Amino acid sequence: MDFFTDHYNYWVVIFLMMVGLYTVISRGNLIKKVIGLNIFQVSVFFLYISIGTVEGGAAPIITEGVELYSNPLPHVLILTAIVVGVATTALALALVVRIKESYDTIEEDEIHELDHTL
Amino acid sequence: MIDILINITLLAFLAITSVAIVRLTNLFATIMLFGIFSLLSAGLFVVMDAPDVAFTEAAVGAGISTVLMLATLALTKGQKKSHEEDYEEKPSRAHRPWLPLAVVGITGAALVYGTWDIPGFGDPDAPAQTHVARYYIENAMPETGVPNIVTAVLASYRGFDTLGEVAVVFTAGVAVLLLIGGKRPKSSTSLKGDGGQDET
Repeated sequence: MDFFTDHYNYWVVIFLMMVGLYTVISRGNLIKKVIGLNIFQVSVFFLYISIGTVEGGAAPIITEGVELYSNPLPHVLILTAIVVGVATTALALALVVRIKESYDTIEEDEIHELDHTL
Repeated sequence: MIDILINITLLAFLAITSVAIVRLTNLFATIMLFGIFSLLSAGLFVVMDAPDVAFTEAAVGAGISTVLMLATLALTKGQKKSHEEDYEEKPSRAHRPWLPLAVVGITGAALVYGTWDIPGFGDPDAPAQTHVARYYIENAMPETGVPNIVTAVLASYRGFDTLGEVAVVFTAGVAVLLLIGGKRPKSSTSLKGDGGQDET
């Protein structure tokens, strides 16, 4: 039981990660692929924040009478990662719009077919 | 105990939402579910003592990402007659589900095997908690005068990281503008013209 409460968080995080990866691999629609990539990204955030959590710790804001704080370093790294993540998402979606203009479709199969007939 | 209960509930919601995102074929519903996924994850960040991350995730993940995806959907929907068809993703022909499932299963099993060596969730003596984090917690207030340690580290100790982040966001913004901003010749969309001729 101890082993379960120690690790269930990581297992669910890995499950979410694999759902994201599966979406990226198996779905042909480019918007769906970007969503899968985002799910993967958020689950990596969970992994970092889980590692930084301390049992019974408070949020890392200095307060009178609080001794135990959670680890602030993963929070900083993930703050940066979230903002960079939305920048890359915007870039990916701009590419999708551009592909739609050139190929008139955002389905991967149809793009491949058009590439081969050219 | 109540912490663990809330944690498990939120994680279960997240797992269900993610499976729903994979299984739904309506893109509009998928994007809305992704917004819910981001909001749930913001709640989970609060439970795991990371309020700053939760703010950012709620504003950026649930807000801006969802709006960007909806805008993309509006720009890329087809010229179908009914609105429902516009938002449907087509079933993939080239992809069989078994190979991706096998890849994902093997990768997941390897990662789960890796968790055997991770220190337990919330362990105060884990290596991550005992080195540089302790320094920040003890010295951030006297050295920078900022009570919020996350802000102190972000803006003071690791200010160069934040500068690099600004550079990345600027680069992405310039790239997006180059890709879809401004006026472009509409030469390559001859396919659209063909479709119009078929209709008439």
